[in-house]
Amino acid sequence: MKFSALALLKQALSGEPWPEQWRSPEPKPAYDVVIVGAGGHGLATAYYLAKEHGLHNVAVIEKGWLGGGNTGRNTTIIRSNYLWEESQKLYEHAVKLWEGLSQELNYNVMYSPRGVMMLAHTEHDIQSAKRHIHANRLGGIDNEWLTPEEAQAFCPILNISRDIRYPILGAALQRRGGTARHDAVAWGYARGASALGVDIIQNCEVKGLRRAPSGAITGVETTKGFIGAKRVGVVAAGHTSVIMQMADVQMPLESYPLQALVSEPVKPVMPCVVMSNTIHAYMSQSDKGELVIGAGTDAYTSYSQTGGLHISAHTLDAICELFPVVRRMKMLRNWGGIVDVTPDRSPIIGKTPVEGLFVNCGWGTGGFKATPGSGHVFAWTLAKGEPHPINAPFSLDRFRTGRLIDEAAAAAVAH
Amino acid sequence: MLLIECPYCGPRPELEFRYGGEAHVARAADPATVDDEHWTAFLFWRGNPKGLHFERWRHASGCGRFFNCARDTVSDVIVKTYKAGEPKPDAARLMTGTTP
Repeated sequence: MKFSALALLKQALSGEPWPEQWRSPEPKPAYDVVIVGAGGHGLATAYYLAKEHGLHNVAVIEKGWLGGGNTGRNTTIIRSNYLWEESQKLYEHAVKLWEGLSQELNYNVMYSPRGVMMLAHTEHDIQSAKRHIHANRLGGIDNEWLTPEEAQAFCPILNISRDIRYPILGAALQRRGGTARHDAVAWGYARGASALGVDIIQNCEVKGLRRAPSGAITGVETTKGFIGAKRVGVVAAGHTSVIMQMADVQMPLESYPLQALVSEPVKPVMPCVVMSNTIHAYMSQSDKGELVIGAGTDAYTSYSQTGGLHISAHTLDAICELFPVVRRMKMLRNWGGIVDVTPDRSPIIGKTPVEGLFVNCGWGTGGFKATPGSGHVFAWTLAKGEPHPINAPFSLDRFRTGRLIDEAAAAAVAH
Repeated sequence: MLLIECPYCGPRPELEFRYGGEAHVARAADPATVDDEHWTAFLFWRGNPKGLHFERWRHASGCGRFFNCARDTVSDVIVKTYKAGEPKPDAARLMTGTTP
């Protein structure tokens, strides 16, 4: 079925429930490509494999339910104002896909380019932000410097007084940045992929990777039995190390809890996204009215999908100072996701030393924004066996050659 | 927040400590002679286990000393802390609780 105003009207009048938007088949004995992990990145990969590369004999297998990991746990910020040219191309590729994604999928992902404003609180922040702005302009990406007064004009609830602990000295604004509805992204890609013949198999955990005597991948052992595959793409975020260990592939990853929280819903008060890397506070307002707040990672590696309360409390300290108007609001929920962090804070998208085994991981604390672009280039990589020019620099091999894409040093903090 | 037993000072809240990453990652004795593969492994490859993890902590706001810690990364329960330089405890025995 195709969504349209007419379809909505007919459905409303008929009173019937909407039909299921994707099939839930049992696994076939074998597929051309098996993707491990039905989050946004995995489902997008499957969608583009079918849509652009004509590979329809594809399965996406998922330990839990689709979109239930970091796709459903992040703060949905979209931007492409990265420092290095390689990153700019990758994230800008994603932003360009975001711009047409609802039409492409015939599913409203509620992409809202409302502007992402990144605050500067110190002299170092100003230099770093301006360096990013100049680098972005050279790369053809919009990013502009705002004075504190201009920043407050863009986000009226921002406190720009000079007497707070970390006064706002200016901000970098990417107007094309914004947010999207995270669940709709997973659902939209799942629906699109399923319609093109991709099998999405939930509640199916990978228990092992089976290999031929030559070492090449022949399939995956799962809780629903063995599933043969010519190629396997691992898109398992925080659990990537665990899966890759099954094929004895060492990874430069550490998994950390990253927390987020939402407030009670209120009327529109926050017209944009505001981020402060220096004091670890990220805030926007969802279309439901909740203030969506992102915190920093915990200090230590963990798979617990929770985190220390002092991390959220620290973030709320900063939020209350930046936005005094929200001080008496109640927080409704907080939760954690497990993010896989690389040493240079850039993702790994490409081949592995094992023939037929590919990996898309290391998105760390900021993978949601890249979902369409990540799926698009990883589908190319899986279909052709070679990386797309955009993801070629993001190889696993860069940790041996030393050609790191060091966004960690660029931002100096988690981002 | 974790309650961490510093081997020198006793139990203290996590806020007094700095995390120091995976423990028992030894630098080559003669760095000039090792190849790229070895450097890659030393600098970047990490076990990142789902289960018992051996890690370094530093009691930054206390005695200032580094020590090692065995922690379950699923439950975040700290199984054992021990002084830097002491041998790595046997993981299987730690998880079954047969050693203190």
